[in-house]
Amino acid sequence: MTQMTGGTDAVSIAGVDKVFETRSGQVQALSGIDLTVAAGEFVSLIGPSGCGKSTLMRLIADLDQPSTGTVSVFGKPAKDARIAQDYGIAFQQAGLLPWRTVEENIELPLSLHGAPKAERAARVAELVSLVGLGDFADRYPDQLSGGMQQRVAIARALAEKPRLLLMDEPFGALDEMTRERMQSELVRICAETGAAVVFVTHSIPEAVFLSDRVVVMSPRPGRIQEIVTMRLAATADREEGLREQHEFFDMITAVREALHQGSPVAAVRGVETR
Amino acid sequence: MGRAVTMNPRTEVAARTIAPIVVGLVVLGGWQLAVTVGGVDDYLLPAPASIIDQLVEFAPSMLSAGLITGTNALIGLLVGAVLGIVVALFAASARLVDWMAAPVVAALAVIPIVALAPVLNTMFGADSQFGRQAIAALAVFVPVFINTLRGLRQALPVHRDLMAVYAAKPGQVMRTVTLPTATPFVFTGIRIGSSLAVISALVAEYFGGPRGGLGGLISTSAASSAYPRAWAYVIISIVLGLAFYLVTLGAERLAVRRRS
Ligand SMILES: Nc1ncnc2c1ncn2[C@@H]1O[C@H](COP(=O)(O)OP(=O)(O)OP(=O)(O)O)[C@@H](O)[C@H]1O
Ligand SMILES: [Mg+2]
Repeated sequence: MTQMTGGTDAVSIAGVDKVFETRSGQVQALSGIDLTVAAGEFVSLIGPSGCGKSTLMRLIADLDQPSTGTVSVFGKPAKDARIAQDYGIAFQQAGLLPWRTVEENIELPLSLHGAPKAERAARVAELVSLVGLGDFADRYPDQLSGGMQQRVAIARALAEKPRLLLMDEPFGALDEMTRERMQSELVRICAETGAAVVFVTHSIPEAVFLSDRVVVMSPRPGRIQEIVTMRLAATADREEGLREQHEFFDMITAVREALHQGSPVAAVRGVETR
Repeated sequence: MGRAVTMNPRTEVAARTIAPIVVGLVVLGGWQLAVTVGGVDDYLLPAPASIIDQLVEFAPSMLSAGLITGTNALIGLLVGAVLGIVVALFAASARLVDWMAAPVVAALAVIPIVALAPVLNTMFGADSQFGRQAIAALAVFVPVFINTLRGLRQALPVHRDLMAVYAAKPGQVMRTVTLPTATPFVFTGIRIGSSLAVISALVAEYFGGPRGGLGGLISTSAASSAYPRAWAYVIISIVLGLAFYLVTLGAERLAVRRRS
């Protein structure tokens, strides 16, 4: 993998290992990760629990640093990108501030970065209706269901119209109907804003529906098992009907097979990844 | 029988208010009967009626005594709470301050602070309330400091990550996450401190200094065998303690509301 893939790539990860030092010894969470996400590209990470998906996302967000290798975001070191507010993030747990209302939570990044009041109010109103929480704008998080809290967190991640979105199982707590609606919304938002997305999920159909490429990871130590390119309509043109078409099922099968190669029962081990 | 298990909420509130009042009245009635009919010595246990007589007869003195002790306790509570919060803020921001403060606070927590009363009374003179206020403040300082410091360290990892993501400045992190997380803990410390403030201010009066407060008058009345009057001052002390406790409990409830 080339070190510099040009300053226009949203994310470029080269030769990354991550080892956690714990009291009971070292935990190798990631090993030999090489991955590039082009600007505007939608990439999903999928893999068994504990394979390092959240860890990889935290490295991109500069909330943790790689043990070896480099992570750059829009051509800058991850740290500079974080300070420049180049990405928005939705964590695996919603992480709302319980003493702030829905509106105030969504407004948080805008007010921290000194956006003018009128602009803030307009943006918050827009986002509240985008995630379908118009009736709950002045409620507190403890008055919302888990799925509604997650939607607030998504709205907060979108608040500053980032060019890169990092999303860690954002739809995990949603019911199937809301989940599919949110997926379609996300497709639309990405088409509108041209944002690149790194998206962690446990759902194969979700990964297939949303992604340009699906990165399949193997169990610990997390490696990239295979990268499956979705041979489907451009992400911006995907609509509900796609979920019932045979290309969609073919892609689901392809991802599933890639995922099962990594399991201990599979005959072939050490598959070439790239 | 089984019908009583579920009540509608309003009936329940009413029942929960009335139940202790009924218990109180029964106890008072039994007490009065034991003294008047049962022949318990009025010396050992004055009848409620004679205590109430004293409450009425000495009402102005009761009020002024309550005000003196109450003022000492209140000043102690405010000063102790402010000190506890400020020192905890320093201790949370600098490891070194924490290490310096920890043994002092541990010492304060284990010595009975009222034991300092005779010393402080002589230090600040026999007609000064300062010794009592200082004792109350010290007693309040300990729980407020300990709880505030704990609260300042409770920020959730996901909230800290969020602040890092937003590249928030230290002051912003403090205002947005650290302080709001700590607030309920601070109020818990103040609630615990409020009872200690009243107890300390009152007990400190037993060790000399100006008379006129509740503690001083309880001991004077008892010394002159005016037991019903001594009991009347005890009742005012209980009311004062309850008032402090209920107000701070209310404040704590408000602070905790959204922090689950
Ligand atoms: N701060 C840490 N200290 C020590 N070990 C850690 C730490 N964070 C993660 N790990 C370990 O790294 C591995 C990968 O964790 P990670 O949270 O990235 O998994 P994941 O793929 O997101 O799992 P899930 O799908 O369940 O969310 C796990 O074995 C975990 O125990
Ligand atoms: Mg995870």
